[in-house]
Amino acid sequence: MVTLNHYLVLSAILFSIGTAGVFVRRNLITILLSIEIMLNAVNLSFVAFGRALGAADGQIIVFFVMTVAAAEAAVGLAIVICLFRLRESLNPDSFVSLRW
Amino acid sequence: MLLLVPVLPLVGFLLNASLGRRLTKQVSGSVACGAILLSFLVSIAAVWQLVSLQPEERSIVQQAFTWITSGDFSVGLTFRLDPLSAVMILVVTGIGSLIHIYSTAYMHDERDREFATYFAYLNLFAAFMLVLVLGANFLVMFVGWEGVGLCSYLLIGFWFEKPSAADAGKKAFIVNRIGDFGFLLGILLVFVRFGTLDFQEVAHAVAGIGPEAAFGTLSLITLLLFIGATGKSAQIPLYVWLPDAMEGPTPVSALIHAATMVTAGVYMIGRNAALFSRAPETLTIVAIIGTATALMAGTIGLVQNDIKRVLAYSTVSQLGYMFLAMGVGAYAGGIFHLYTHAFFKALLFLASGAVIHAIGGEQDLRRMGGLKRELPLTYWTFLVGAVAIAGVPGLSGFFSKDAILYRAFAGGHTVLWSIGLLTSLLTAVYMFRLVFLVFHGERREPAAAVGGPHHLHDAPPAMALALVVLAAGSIVAGYAGLPAVLGGGDRFAQFLEPSLGAGAEDAGHAGPELTLMTVSAGVAIAGIGIAAYYFLRHRAAADALAARFSGLYRLLSNKYFVDEVYDATIVQPVRITSQEGLWKIVDVRIIDGSVNGVGQLVAGFSETLRRVQTGSVRAYAASLLLGAVAILGYYLWR
Repeated sequence: MVTLNHYLVLSAILFSIGTAGVFVRRNLITILLSIEIMLNAVNLSFVAFGRALGAADGQIIVFFVMTVAAAEAAVGLAIVICLFRLRESLNPDSFVSLRW
Repeated sequence: MLLLVPVLPLVGFLLNASLGRRLTKQVSGSVACGAILLSFLVSIAAVWQLVSLQPEERSIVQQAFTWITSGDFSVGLTFRLDPLSAVMILVVTGIGSLIHIYSTAYMHDERDREFATYFAYLNLFAAFMLVLVLGANFLVMFVGWEGVGLCSYLLIGFWFEKPSAADAGKKAFIVNRIGDFGFLLGILLVFVRFGTLDFQEVAHAVAGIGPEAAFGTLSLITLLLFIGATGKSAQIPLYVWLPDAMEGPTPVSALIHAATMVTAGVYMIGRNAALFSRAPETLTIVAIIGTATALMAGTIGLVQNDIKRVLAYSTVSQLGYMFLAMGVGAYAGGIFHLYTHAFFKALLFLASGAVIHAIGGEQDLRRMGGLKRELPLTYWTFLVGAVAIAGVPGLSGFFSKDAILYRAFAGGHTVLWSIGLLTSLLTAVYMFRLVFLVFHGERREPAAAVGGPHHLHDAPPAMALALVVLAAGSIVAGYAGLPAVLGGGDRFAQFLEPSLGAGAEDAGHAGPELTLMTVSAGVAIAGIGIAAYYFLRHRAAADALAARFSGLYRLLSNKYFVDEVYDATIVQPVRITSQEGLWKIVDVRIIDGSVNGVGQLVAGFSETLRRVQTGSVRAYAASLLLGAVAILGYYLWR
């Protein structure tokens, strides 16, 4: 029997993987992918709650999140392309000039 | 109509102040003289109207508008004409007109622009002085009180290129402010105690109260008001500004620092006679201060060598007389002396101005002498003034001075009376010392050597007119208050009775009054004799006397070192605390230091905190995550 807790644990694992990816990887595109994993982890918990509570709200929010994620991916990839053109690099550590 | 009295000079001021620089001397002088003369005519009409009323109903009130309303407390810009203010407006506008006319000749050497400025100030002064004496409540009076102080400052410092004149103006203003502070506190206390500031309502409120047995609220109120009077009317301890005020043009000295403004304190006490009568403690202080001032200024006046300074000390001394009168309850006598003094002191100042004008600006007595022949008109009018102030029977000063001395004696103040008598001896001596030194004897230094080639000339027509009218006034003014024993009926005091309260004057002691009159007449003539002996016949004897009592002479000619004492005990400590303490420690270290300290603190913190701004997006994301985890953790394990 798969309970709500199983879904939530899976969601937490996915979220942690995504978070770890954001911090550990040194490639902007991989980082964007990791963010997608985090978003989908959240989506999973939304639909799990939705099912557990018998309400449609969770699924509706998931559609919103997916839409926003698509937009975010488009904008994010566009920025990445610009950054790459600027510095010939995808390493986030080469973009630290905006500091004290 | 009453409103016109102060408004006319104000209009004159506005005209001369705004257009003055484009007007010729003739136009700006005529505007100013016209304004004050019209005001004089309106005053006469108003007083005429007042006199035609029944004596008990003699009061004309006109309210321009309601000034302040707060709850059931209301102050209007209200003018009230009653016998006391009637005397004052006639003196202010009448003598003011003469002095305006005199000034057109005296100030003729000024440039057009300064000429207009001078007359603008003079008109402004007249306007404020009339507000002061017509004001029906303390607040309106205070407006005039401060206004005349301002004009006094402006006119003393009229020749402000001269540092001594600028300093004298500042001194007058600051010393007056000290007194004004007391006056303001007195007004506030009146409001707290009575809930009204109207003179008549205050008088009604105290009508049922007997004199205070001990020092109480009324005594405190009157004492504070009197402090204001010591400032404005140059009494101990605040008299020091008046002699220095002689730096201003001579007509100004005559109008402001002899005839009108300096008598404001006396007028104020007369106006609040009902209050002062119920505060015997204060009255004693007033009488003692007045007498002490009269004596002190009289002795200083004996040895001064500047013609205007002698007259200034004489003014201080005569004002002391008026306060003596107020202090012994002879309010009518004090106001009477104020009125006669206005004539002869204005005359003396204007005549001395004519002398100074004639010999090219010289004021030192030691360089004058023998001017009798060249300046006959000035000589005779000055002589009339000197005789009047000395108290020779038949002239105005005699009657008013005698009214005061008699009241002091009859009231049992024998010590004050004898000092007053001594002072009147001194008055006669120093006035005739002036007469003899200036007009008699040898011409000591050719006037040409003083002010370059200068034609020695007697007073021009405008000046002569003022001198002659004032001389006539000095002779006849006293007959308005001819005492009962001489068959006069004391009409002046009776006229003032509705303002000052009944019972102030009691006739009947004919015997002592006549004796006292004889004594004071004798004293006056003795004083003239002494002056004639030392300064006319045996001038060497005067020098020998000065040499014999050289300590006393030095004390007197240095004015009892009062200025030096004030400088050491008040001015220097204030200056040192301000400079070394308030400026260099409080302002620079504490106030500036705290402001700068806050700035440095912020800068220091920022220097450390800005290291957080690494520019690395992952560092920001990490702190975001840590924050979120911390908040969640807090709520989970709370």
